[in-house]
Amino acid sequence: MNAPSGHPQVGDAAPFCIAVMALGGQGGGVLVDWIVALCEAHGWLAQSTSVPGVAQRTGATVYYIEALPARNGAAPSVAPVFSLMPVPGEVDLVVGAELMEAGRAIQRGLVTPDRTTLISSSHRAYAVTEKQSPGDGIASADAVYAAAEAAAKRFIAFDMAGIADQTGSVISAVLFGAIAGSKATPFPQEAFEAAIRTAGIGVEASLRGFALGLRQAAAATAGGNPPAPSRPMPDRPAAAPRGNIEFDALVARVSADFPPVVHLMLLAGLERAVDFQDAAYGKEYLDLIGEILSLDSAANGFELTQAAAKYVAVAMAYDDVFRVADLKTRASRFERVRSEVKAAPDQIVYTTEFMHPRAEEVCGSLPLRLGSFIEKRPALFKALNKLVSRPRRVKTATIAWFTALYVLAGLKRFRRGTLRHAREVTHRDAWLNRVKSATARDYPLAVELLKARRLVKGYSDTHARGQSKFDKVMAGAARLEGRPDAADWTRRLCEAALKDEDGVALSGALKTIDSFL
Amino acid sequence: MAERSFKKEVKDLELGAGQRFRGEGILAITKALLQSGVGYIGGYQGAPISHLMDVLTDAETLLARLGVQFSVSASEASAAAALAASVMYPIRGAAIFKSTVGTNVAADALANLASGGVTGGALIIVGEDYGEGSSIMQERSHAFAMKSQIWLLDPRPNLESIVKAVEDGFDLSEASNTPVMLEVRIRACHVHGSFVTKDNRPPPFTLKQALAAPNRDIGRIVLPPASFLHEKEKVELRWPAAVKFIRDRKLNETFSGDVGDIGIIVQGGMYNGVVRALQRLGLADIWGTTRVPLYVLNVTYPLVDDEIVEFCTGKRAVLVVEEGQPEYIEQAINTILRRRDINTRISGKDVLPMAGEYTADVMSKGVQAFIAANRADIVSDQARASNSPPIGDDPRVKALTGNVPPRPPGFCTGCPERPIFAALKLVEKELGPHHVAADIGCHLFSILPPFNIGTTTMGYGLGPASAAAFNLEADKKSISIIGDGGFWHNGLTSGIGNAVYNKHDGVILVVDNHYSSATGGQDILSSRADNRSRSTQHPIAEAVKGVGATWVRQIDRTYEVAKMRDTLKEALAVRSPGPKVIVASSECMLNKQRRVRPLFEKTLNAGKRVVRERFGVDEDVCTGDHACIRLSGCPSLSVKHSADPLKDDPVATIDDTCVACGNCGEVAEAAILCPSFYRADIIHNPTRFDCFVAALRSTVIGFLQRLRSRRSLRFG
Repeated sequence: MNAPSGHPQVGDAAPFCIAVMALGGQGGGVLVDWIVALCEAHGWLAQSTSVPGVAQRTGATVYYIEALPARNGAAPSVAPVFSLMPVPGEVDLVVGAELMEAGRAIQRGLVTPDRTTLISSSHRAYAVTEKQSPGDGIASADAVYAAAEAAAKRFIAFDMAGIADQTGSVISAVLFGAIAGSKATPFPQEAFEAAIRTAGIGVEASLRGFALGLRQAAAATAGGNPPAPSRPMPDRPAAAPRGNIEFDALVARVSADFPPVVHLMLLAGLERAVDFQDAAYGKEYLDLIGEILSLDSAANGFELTQAAAKYVAVAMAYDDVFRVADLKTRASRFERVRSEVKAAPDQIVYTTEFMHPRAEEVCGSLPLRLGSFIEKRPALFKALNKLVSRPRRVKTATIAWFTALYVLAGLKRFRRGTLRHAREVTHRDAWLNRVKSATARDYPLAVELLKARRLVKGYSDTHARGQSKFDKVMAGAARLEGRPDAADWTRRLCEAALKDEDGVALSGALKTIDSFL
Repeated sequence: MAERSFKKEVKDLELGAGQRFRGEGILAITKALLQSGVGYIGGYQGAPISHLMDVLTDAETLLARLGVQFSVSASEASAAAALAASVMYPIRGAAIFKSTVGTNVAADALANLASGGVTGGALIIVGEDYGEGSSIMQERSHAFAMKSQIWLLDPRPNLESIVKAVEDGFDLSEASNTPVMLEVRIRACHVHGSFVTKDNRPPPFTLKQALAAPNRDIGRIVLPPASFLHEKEKVELRWPAAVKFIRDRKLNETFSGDVGDIGIIVQGGMYNGVVRALQRLGLADIWGTTRVPLYVLNVTYPLVDDEIVEFCTGKRAVLVVEEGQPEYIEQAINTILRRRDINTRISGKDVLPMAGEYTADVMSKGVQAFIAANRADIVSDQARASNSPPIGDDPRVKALTGNVPPRPPGFCTGCPERPIFAALKLVEKELGPHHVAADIGCHLFSILPPFNIGTTTMGYGLGPASAAAFNLEADKKSISIIGDGGFWHNGLTSGIGNAVYNKHDGVILVVDNHYSSATGGQDILSSRADNRSRSTQHPIAEAVKGVGATWVRQIDRTYEVAKMRDTLKEALAVRSPGPKVIVASSECMLNKQRRVRPLFEKTLNAGKRVVRERFGVDEDVCTGDHACIRLSGCPSLSVKHSADPLKDDPVATIDDTCVACGNCGEVAEAAILCPSFYRADIIHNPTRFDCFVAALRSTVIGFLQRLRSRRSLRFG
């Protein structure tokens, strides 16, 4: 029989296939219309399809385009038979309007090394499942970059959302520019720009975004595959002397008494402690870490001290009303808000805080005796709660409210005498004693016990929940002590505790422990 | 006002003879209706045919000029029932809706229509919501056609064919006195293509004429003995007439090929996929030239026995490509061949999956298997090689599984329904989980993370009805949800009326966002907007009281989470016969922004004072527990890795897309989460008084701030 390709009857013209992976509301449709117009302007025949449905509501959605040059001398009535959906292994260009959507395209087999140019924005729009985790649920970008490395013939990725933002255009425009810059299609730059002009919506902004996208993509094409964007690094240089005798002495003590490997974290912790209260509190912090250091050794790479430097600082700088009032009233905070909301110099910005103090917070901020006196009397406590516990819309930038918060922040000088502080100290010391006692017997376990402090965070109920998770993990660890895998299991308990809000995973993990204990 | 304006597309509906229409399939159908001299159109919005309704709504003036009556029907049943105008009068009518859900609702009217038969052409255009992108149960409209003897068109998915199908459909309907159903799949509805247009035709016989000279024939009314005669008529007269018409007008197409001993019978809608599959095997090309003969069913019901027989005779094997289940066509073809004693082997669901969408890949595998089994010799080895890309086996690609997060549709930024479910989640935290009967609409996104609320959906507007069984004395009440769309579609009677009459002491939560939002923001009876061509602003609460509900609470700002929560608690607490109805109203944010944004820009550019609101999170106050996100899921409320080395977990952050709906702050208050959230009021073009006050404030505040930073050690 005849070889199919060589068969007299059937030709072998293949369409140019483009898949656009986008999120609802990203304007992927605009990009598709531009591409179709671009093709048709060059006498190509093009077809686009999409399956919006309810996906238009922030869900992932796929647009698909096929195009090819009109057949010379063919009757115009003879139209090509285009596919209405992408065929795995037969897509020339995949455009990802968001990094994980590019990943989805790879998963669906639309990106293949023999054929596919993959152009994706490197920015992330996190999915709910990533955001809702009590811990860090963010999916790995590296995994997508690695997969792209494997699957794509060519891979171009950069932050197109950022460019759209800075040029006041939409991501579609930047993507369109990236397509032009990648030279994945035979069409010249002018043709792309013409398509934008003809469409006639937000032309100028779109052209700006297009131009930058094109330049970046062209540059990227020259270089190899892009590296995955990395997590922001601590932006603090080692704390320098501040011209404050006490503090500078502490900084000096850090470099003198502590191994270099822990300096960065230790100084960060020191700053936090001092910032939270005062230099004396910083000294208290260094004393605590010093005790830990005395149990630690270079042989262990000072892992224990490193962990302590971090979590003791977190424990010492707990979130109370004084701290919140302090943070909310700082000049630096006023500036940060202005930049976050992109306020121009000639614009006025006022903030409203959403606070809901309860009797718990009030008592915690009172002197130890008075605070516990009230707490011990339910009726009184209830009355107090009735008095204070309600939503407060605090207009921080008004003189009255600011002064109130300012004074409150100033009261932190009495913090050491408060009920809350007493509680925190007791809790902290109990925790550190557990750690110290564990160190000699099981060093790795001691490290994990320190890290477990990560679970205690948030305010009110959230804080209580974190506290109870922490206690559960500690209890679990206690039962594990003596086993070779105690540290490993304690780490797993923490991970489980961060998986869901209600500690379902944690109880599961604890049950597992029961099973083999 | 619908989500998308089609003013531009409406111009295309005016195109005359010989011009070229470029655009979406669904708009081509609209143009085809006008070219066919349609007299009236009714329909109910819903993907994938919403755009058809929207464009007609925007085409008012054109329709008026042509004398075409267009109703935005209350439901698919209303739309189908309207086709009654074609029973006695030679007027062409069209009903449009999403299928199979819409067809389910319309089934009663359709069955009656089909029984009595029609004089004027009656065309039912259904958007077959099947496969990827579908939001409904996976069924086939084919069954409805068969049970009621309605003819079913399934044209090839290109604009020329679809438009021709509309025109043929009316002729077929009139030739056989039978309503005709035109099935268009999701992708075909949204396919961008072109076709050569004809002039629009005003209806030759008008509704006015009909009203002027009414005409009746008791033989057309579905009542014994006529109803018994109708059935005979269907099989003895209308069916043969239809078959003759389909054959004479060559509605089905045959594409010959040189490999004559095998062939493929394919639903029109599947044609492109089959050609692409053959192309991959080197047996067809992009221009539709094929080596394997194809018989394309642009009419999938009824089948034309003689055509089937002609195509199959002399073939050793024929593949039937029929999407969905059961395989009605394949079964029918087997019967036809058996009756004529023709022994062509019929392949179909043996090489293709019984259930699920026939994607390009599925189709390729099926066709390849069929060829391999019957004429392996015509395929080259390289074409025969597996077409499943080996790249899927690469460990780095495999590693994406579990990493790439699912991304189902969800509530938009600032959606007024979010705080409702945040409140409901808070109630459940307090009072424990309840049985929540969900409904169809945007609000169904509540079943997904982060809310995870809702147990069942029994159909559009049937939320409250689906809780009817829980009408008993118990510690916990049932909660049912219904949207304003579903409410007017049928919920008022099927749900509220039903609960009132049966004295069901359950909670009914009516989510009123002023539009039929999930289908594209069309106006409905209770819409607040002024609508020139329709009557709006009929409050849901009034309607509810009208059917006898006595405990009714109207909430006009759903964003007040605490109020929302307390009202729900009250509704769950009170004990008295009859439903506790809460109408939670706030405007769909998509539509609101579309309305408000331009105004804002206008004032801003006019140099007038205007305040922009936005929410934010104080990074150093946030502890990264994400409790706020678990009560929101708002796209603009996200997370970011902190540069603070003491923080392990990402902190919450709010991006520029924030529309300051207020949910974050309200939730933080109601749930007593944390003081991280702030609302920023940014005053553009401040007045001189603004500047004076601001200066005064910043002098005092600035002084105090400098004072403290001098006195204390601060970092950041």
